[in-house]
Amino acid sequence: MNADCRPALTLRQDTVGALAAMQTVFARDMKVAFRQRQDLLNPLLFFVMVVTLFPLGVSPEVSFLREAGAGILWVAALLSVLLSLDHLFRHDFDDGTLEQLVLQPQPLFLLVLAKTAAHWVLTGLPLVVLTPVLGVMVHLDGNSIGVLCLTLLIGTPVLSLIGSIGAALTLGLRSAGVLLSLLIIPLYIPVLIFGTGTVASAAEGAPAGAYLALMGAFLVLALTLAPFASAAALRISLFNG
Amino acid sequence: MSEPLLQAVDLQCERDERILFRDLSFSILPGTVARVEGPNGSGKTTLLRMLAGLNDAWSGNLLWCGKSRSAQREEFLRNTLYLGHRPGIKPLLTPMENLRALTAGRRPLPDPVLRQALDGTGLTGFQDVPCRNLSAGQQRRVALARLLIADEPLWLLDEVFTAIDASGVSAIEQLLQQRAAEGGAVVVTTHHDLRLPGMQRIVLGGGSTDEC
Repeated sequence: MNADCRPALTLRQDTVGALAAMQTVFARDMKVAFRQRQDLLNPLLFFVMVVTLFPLGVSPEVSFLREAGAGILWVAALLSVLLSLDHLFRHDFDDGTLEQLVLQPQPLFLLVLAKTAAHWVLTGLPLVVLTPVLGVMVHLDGNSIGVLCLTLLIGTPVLSLIGSIGAALTLGLRSAGVLLSLLIIPLYIPVLIFGTGTVASAAEGAPAGAYLALMGAFLVLALTLAPFASAAALRISLFNG
Repeated sequence: MSEPLLQAVDLQCERDERILFRDLSFSILPGTVARVEGPNGSGKTTLLRMLAGLNDAWSGNLLWCGKSRSAQREEFLRNTLYLGHRPGIKPLLTPMENLRALTAGRRPLPDPVLRQALDGTGLTGFQDVPCRNLSAGQQRRVALARLLIADEPLWLLDEVFTAIDASGVSAIEQLLQQRAAEGGAVVVTTHHDLRLPGMQRIVLGGGSTDEC
């Protein structure tokens, strides 16, 4: 091994900016995900399957589907995000990437935020994109589909952010699945209630602005608090690992 | 250069209600290679993770450049390179992509430099093959390529010789020695019979440190 490309040894006073470090984390997660497309498709397929099974299993009546459609889509989206959460930190934990992440001279919560953002772009965003198609399938009218997409667009990042806390907390456990769901579902319930509530009130012709503003508040709250909680939880999991 | 980079004072670590070591004190000066020794389960990896900041279940004091380490986390992290059992190599990415991702979060380097570092570890021709298709030793070498381009003064290397062939081992020994000569400090744990002139030993299980 030769070593002729090494600079002189001094204590370093500077490092790359936090934004550049976040970009690196985000880009790596995207690249890894696209090398393993199967994992990407799983939550999407789950989402589509659940929504298609409802008319078959319960009732194909237009009146029923129009009433329950938004709820079905929201529950399916919530569960499919939940399904993908365990992957958020698991692979990085197993191959040591997480150790290197914690040891980066950057605030850890920003790096966690970058990872969570990648998770949302890879799972939440595709769900939002698919929603109009499935919305038509359950006979939602155009206005409801628009509002539904909007609530999912605001709501799914909240799901990813809250989920990252649970994923980080259960990282040290061998089988985290059930515990992760138990921890996270109660925190998802308010998002679900307001998400479906928005669509219901919009379907009745009421303005959805107030509901959407509340969901926006959820997002801001999750965005500002969840990365700190996840970062702290990651440290605990790593230190005990 | 005589001020210790890292100083441990009366370290004590307990794991699973068993005391791994107590009253452990040592200084890592610039220009030294220190080898952590001890039988399996004596806490070598635990000690290294403590030094790296990946474990906080210990008592005692750790000083970085003479001041408490916890008060200067970022300064410490900027100047320390830790390579663990699991070195952070993604099996789905190529050695180039792995090395780029690992260095970009600390100090971005141009691609030719990274390529040269991979060449230097004997991975010529494998730069663009996904790491899962490489052997264990080759994957290890991807992580070791970081050492060729690292400018952190303190290296913490856990079982750095694992899965490396004989010529690779002597190359790493040379690298460590050269590193020390340049004023860097290295702490290694290994079961390999590492003997470098002036090597410092930190013996666990007995709980003392001495020079050999």
